[in-house]
Amino acid sequence: MASPPVDELTAPRVVPGGDGSALLGSGSSRRGDSLFRWVALLAGLVVLAVLALIAWSTTKEAWPVFREEGLSFVTSDTWIPAEGKYGALAFIYGTILSSLIALVLAVPVSLGIALYANEAAPRRLRKPVVYVMDLLAAIPSVVYGLWGVLVLAPAIQPVYRSISDAVGDVPVLGWLFNGTSGRSFMTAGIILAVMITPIITSLSREVIATVPPAQREAAYGMGATRWEMIRSAVLPWSRGGIVGAVMLGLGRAMGETIAVALVIGSQAQITAHLFEPGDSMAAVIVNQFGEAAGTHRAALIGLGVVLFVVTIVVNVSARSIVGRFDRRMRGA
Amino acid sequence: MSTDTTATVPTEAPAAEAPPAPPAKVVFDVQDLDVYYGAFRAVRDVSLQVHQHEITAFIGPSGCGKSTVLRCFDRMNDLIEGARVEGRILYHGVDLYDPRVDPVEVRKRIGMVFQKPNPFPKSIYDNIAFGPRLAGMKDDLDDRVEKALRQAALWDEVKDRLKKSAMGLSGGQQQRLCIARAIAVQPEVVLMDEPCSALDPIATARIEDLMQEIKSEYTILIVTHNMQQAARVSDRTAFFTTEVNPESDTRTGLLVEYDSTDKIFSAPSDERTENYVTGRFG
Ligand SMILES: Nc1ncnc2c1ncn2[C@@H]1O[C@H](COP(=O)(O)OP(=O)(O)O)[C@@H](O)[C@H]1O
Ligand SMILES: [Mg+2]
Repeated sequence: MASPPVDELTAPRVVPGGDGSALLGSGSSRRGDSLFRWVALLAGLVVLAVLALIAWSTTKEAWPVFREEGLSFVTSDTWIPAEGKYGALAFIYGTILSSLIALVLAVPVSLGIALYANEAAPRRLRKPVVYVMDLLAAIPSVVYGLWGVLVLAPAIQPVYRSISDAVGDVPVLGWLFNGTSGRSFMTAGIILAVMITPIITSLSREVIATVPPAQREAAYGMGATRWEMIRSAVLPWSRGGIVGAVMLGLGRAMGETIAVALVIGSQAQITAHLFEPGDSMAAVIVNQFGEAAGTHRAALIGLGVVLFVVTIVVNVSARSIVGRFDRRMRGA
Repeated sequence: MSTDTTATVPTEAPAAEAPPAPPAKVVFDVQDLDVYYGAFRAVRDVSLQVHQHEITAFIGPSGCGKSTVLRCFDRMNDLIEGARVEGRILYHGVDLYDPRVDPVEVRKRIGMVFQKPNPFPKSIYDNIAFGPRLAGMKDDLDDRVEKALRQAALWDEVKDRLKKSAMGLSGGQQQRLCIARAIAVQPEVVLMDEPCSALDPIATARIEDLMQEIKSEYTILIVTHNMQQAARVSDRTAFFTTEVNPESDTRTGLLVEYDSTDKIFSAPSDERTENYVTGRFG
C-alpha cells in the first residue's frame, strides 16, 4: 500500500496514485479468491470421488450376483439363499412401501407442527415445540425399534384386527387394511414416520421462516384469513424447500436399518395387505449379513447397491421437479 | 389538541376553499387516533376525514407515523404484536376497531399497495385472480383480470404472458400488478404506502397517471415522502411531524395540519407545515 499523500484533505478527490492504478488492486485479494475457488472445487470433487468409489467397490463386491441373476435380481421375488436364488423384488417393495406409509403419515403431521410453531402458536409455546422436536430427532434409531417391537407392535395388533374386521368388505380399503400382524409394513411405516417427523418438521420450519414478511402482508392485505395466507403465500414460497425436506426424510426412511429390521416382521412377501409382515432391503442386509458368504454375501451387497441407486434416483428427480417449478414461478 | 380545530370541523373548513366539486361523501372519519407499539406511543391525536373519490396524501418526515396511521385503515397493524390503537376510525359510521368487526372483512373492502412491490411467485393471472377467488367471485374471472390489468395500465404489456410468472416483470410493472391485484376485487378504498419509492421517474409517472385514472372509482390514500408527488396527485394533504417526548428519548408523531392540497402547499396555516413544504425543515 502506498502511503497517502500529505495534502489528502485539500487535494481534489483522486484515486491515490493519480492514474487509477490503485484500482487494479494489489493482487492478494484476487489470489485469495482463486485459492478459495480451488479449495471449494477440490472439496466438491472429493465428495464425488468418494461417492464413485463407494459405488464402484460395492458394485464390484456384488458383481457375482449380478452376473448370475442378471435382471431377475430386481424382477424376481424368490429369495432362497439355500437354493442359490436371489430375487430382491420383495425387499425393494418392502422398502418402498414402508417408506411411503411413513411419508403419508409424517408429512401432514410435520407440516402441521411446522406451521403451528411458526405461524399459529403463542409466542411462549414456540420454543418448547421446537425443543421437543429436536429432542425426538436425537433419539437413536435402535431405541425407536425396541419401543416398536416391545410396546407398539403388541399394543397395535388388536387395533389392526378391528380395523381389518371393520373394513373387510369395503373395496380397496378392505384389501389394504388386511392382516393381523403386530410386526408389519404398517408398524414399520409408523415407526419410520415417528423417526422422520422431527427432521421434516425442523427443515420445513426453517424454510417457512424465510418467507418474506411482504408476502404475508400481500395475502393478508387482500383479506386472506390465516389459513388462506398460509396456502397462498407461505406454502408456494417454501414449496421447493419443503419438498427438499420431505426428500431428506424419505431418504432417511428408505435407508433406516435397525428399527425397521425389528418391527417389519422379516418375511419377504409382496402384498398390498399393510397389516402383514414384510421385509426391506436395509433390514434383510442387517439380519443376514452375519452368516452370509459367497454369492449370498454378494447378493446382500447387491441390495445395498440397489438401495443406493433408488435413493439417488428419488433425490435427483425430486430436485429437478422442484428446481423447474421454482425457476418458473420465481421467474429468475 | 391544537390540531383538532383544523381537522375535525366537518363541514365548513375543507369544503369552503379548494375542491370545486360538491362536498364529497366522508368515507373515513378519524377521531383522536393514537397508535401504540407496546408502551411506545408512535402517533397521537390524529383527527381527519377522508372523502370519497379523492386522493388523500400523507406527508411528513420519516418516522412521523404515516405508515402507522395508514395501516390502521385496513387493520394491518393487528398483525404486529403489541400494536394497538386508541380513538376511533369510523368507516361509513362503523368503528373499524369495534370488537365485532372482522379485520379480514375490512381488508376485503380496503385494499393496500405496499412500498416494495410484492407479487406472489405465481403467474400474472393468478396474482390478479387471487382476491376475486378469495372473495368467491368465481364467474367472469377472465374479465375481472383483464379489467383490473387495464385499469392498472398493464394490460397491453402482459396480455400475451398472463400465464408467466409475475416475478419476471420489471419493478414498475410489478407495482402496477400489485395495484391491479388490489383493485381486482373492486374495493372501495385503496391504501398506498410510498408506492413509488422503489421506482424510477418514468414508472412513477405512470403510477401517478393511473391514480388519476382510477380515482373516479376508488378512494385513495397515499403515503409519500415526495412532496411534489403529493402536490401533483392529491386533493387533500395531511402533514405529520414528530415531537420529542419530554420524559423519554422517544419521538411521537402527530398530525399538524390537514387541508386541501392547494392550501397546504400555497398557504399553510401552521408554521411547521410551511417550513416543511418550502424545504426549510425545522
Ligand atoms: N412494527 C413496529 N414496532 C415498533 N415500532 C414501530 C413499528 N413500526 C413503526 N414503528 C415506529 O413507529 C414510528 C412511526 O413509524 P412509521 O409509521 O413507519 O413512520 P413513517 O411511515 O412516517 O416513516 C417510528 O418511530 C417507528 O420506529
Ligand atoms: Mg413509512
